[in-house]
Amino acid sequence: MLSVKNLHAGIEEKDILKGINLEMKAGEVHAIMGPNGSGKSTLASVIAGKEEYEVSNGDIDLNGESLLEMDPEERAHEGVFLSFQYPVEIPGVSVTNFIKTAINETRKAKGLEDMPASEMLKKIKEKAELLEMDRKFLSRSLNVGFSGGEKKRNEIFQMAMLEPKLAILDETDSGLDIDALRIVANGVNKLKSEDNAVLVITHYQRLLDYIVPDFVHVLMNGKIVRSGGKELALELEEKGYDWLKEEVGA
Amino acid sequence: MSLKDKLVSNHIVLQESIDADSPIYGIRNEAIKTFEAEGFPTKKLENWKYTSLNSILKEDYNIFPSKEAALDFKDVKQYFLNDLDTYKIVFVDGVYSSYLSETTHDGIDVCTMGAALTKPKYKQVIDVYFNKIAKGESMDALNTAYAKDGAYIYIPKGKVAQKPIQIVHFSTGANDAMMLQPRNLIVAEENSEVQIIERHQSLSDKKVLTNVVTEIFADKRALVDYYKIQNDKLDASLIDTTEIEQHKESIVSVHTFSLGGNITRNNLNFYQKGEYMDSILKGVTIIEGKQHVDHNTLVHHITPNCESHQDYKGIFAEKSTGVFNGKVVVEKEAQKTNAYQSNNNILLDDTATINSKPQLEIFADDVRCSHGCTIGQLDESALFYLQSRGIGEKEGRALLMYAFANTVLSSVKIPQLKTRITKLIAKKIGVNIGFDQ
Repeated sequence: MLSVKNLHAGIEEKDILKGINLEMKAGEVHAIMGPNGSGKSTLASVIAGKEEYEVSNGDIDLNGESLLEMDPEERAHEGVFLSFQYPVEIPGVSVTNFIKTAINETRKAKGLEDMPASEMLKKIKEKAELLEMDRKFLSRSLNVGFSGGEKKRNEIFQMAMLEPKLAILDETDSGLDIDALRIVANGVNKLKSEDNAVLVITHYQRLLDYIVPDFVHVLMNGKIVRSGGKELALELEEKGYDWLKEEVGA
Repeated sequence: MSLKDKLVSNHIVLQESIDADSPIYGIRNEAIKTFEAEGFPTKKLENWKYTSLNSILKEDYNIFPSKEAALDFKDVKQYFLNDLDTYKIVFVDGVYSSYLSETTHDGIDVCTMGAALTKPKYKQVIDVYFNKIAKGESMDALNTAYAKDGAYIYIPKGKVAQKPIQIVHFSTGANDAMMLQPRNLIVAEENSEVQIIERHQSLSDKKVLTNVVTEIFADKRALVDYYKIQNDKLDASLIDTTEIEQHKESIVSVHTFSLGGNITRNNLNFYQKGEYMDSILKGVTIIEGKQHVDHNTLVHHITPNCESHQDYKGIFAEKSTGVFNGKVVVEKEAQKTNAYQSNNNILLDDTATINSKPQLEIFADDVRCSHGCTIGQLDESALFYLQSRGIGEKEGRALLMYAFANTVLSSVKIPQLKTRITKLIAKKIGVNIGFDQ
């Protein structure tokens, strides 16, 4: 599914990612953990195609195709989805209108007609229920005045609507209370299948109690310094990152 | 001969066509004297600092239409709102077109100023209201001096206009370059309601200069919604002055959508004379090329416990220029005033210009007034967010521009008009995607 090879990337003159290697297969859930400033969110943004980051070396393939030359929207059309750590507020565009536009623009890119309105409404209703979202919520301006939990639920709602192949959840647990966390995790678990993959980026182990990863990777100073099973996350939760820093000399 | 000289010397021709005993005769004579003394406004005047009329005053405009131009409805249908039932007051090259109009005298009067200024049955209303607040600067005086026709709308006490009223002025080019000076009077008595849509539309590439003046009186508890669609051709310029007097508990809103034309100047002045009123001024400007749009607004809070809400959004591309000069005056007696003013602008190119000058003059001590002005570019992080959801860059930019303008559209009360404006904006931005209406 996703193959990241020796990825070096940075912003302006500063190197942030210094040789990332990551292989994900369909049906898998991977978690990337690491202390603040280790490059976790940069990795998410670089895969999604944020322009301000410059890739100086390496490659990112999705199902055998390199993403690097693609615009962010083309990556989305290929099935990449990024749940933002800080979703952007857009006054004047309702949640419904936004998601309709996103779906139909993606269909257009694939040479498909617009989704029929009745099908669209049915799907919106179904996915909103999955995320336990109020109907009123859908007619509000995108992320404007949303609580932290509402913003993240809205991100996963969009994921549910767009049905990506690779979903990257960037700090989706930050700012969530325990109920919202459960709802969001439940949503992600329902969307998980043998055909897609989920990359969970998190600082804490907490989310991984709900979205159980097949693999855990630790990112420090722009490199993956250790990979393991879900037990690695528990170890990090217990002992923090400092012991690992010392061990790997990062 | 300069345009000013031409207008002054030809005034006698206009006066000869009416009875010297009629009240309008004297009013017009006074007005031409004022205009002769003041002349056209220049950039030396504080309120005209950023708008020069020089380029459009050089033209040799025809000031009296000599050729009558007939229009087929099907050729101009696109300029009307057709999906709702409306009254229509339509002028072609300044001359009333009964064929294209739909007027009424059934409980309310929706007809022409030409009739109102000359027929005895309207004399009482004209005496009380005509030219009572339009005493501003020289362009007002010039319009008054040439006041001959336009829309006359009289909604008596307690009446509700059952349909919106469309006022449309066409210029055909049959009379070459033309200067038009329509004069509108809207009187909404106590507890009355009316919705009006005004449009000026050139149908040729001949130069047009329109100097229109509209006086609106809203008596106690009257509700008046006025919408201006300014989407004219590049050879058409517009100086639009709207003077509004409001009384107790009335609510008047004016929305101005400036999407086209050469030079467009809007003077919008509200005078509040009573308590518990609301004045609403909203505008969307989206222009490019060398287009110029100037919004010059005044809200004069004279009495206590009133509100005003101003929200102007502008998007400027290429070498276009915009001006927002908004003044709020709160007199000493106008305690408990709530006045909001906001002007937000996006410059799409380095060559575009906006001059924004919000002004507050507050003489009362217990008031809540806020004003804010922003000038910026489209938010790149918002654009990335949209792109990451599969929305292309061009469509994403369009969606952000639409979203930016949308706060102004949300208060448009006629759904069909809102749809029309949405479409005009989408077309203007150059993309048509599934916008909410």
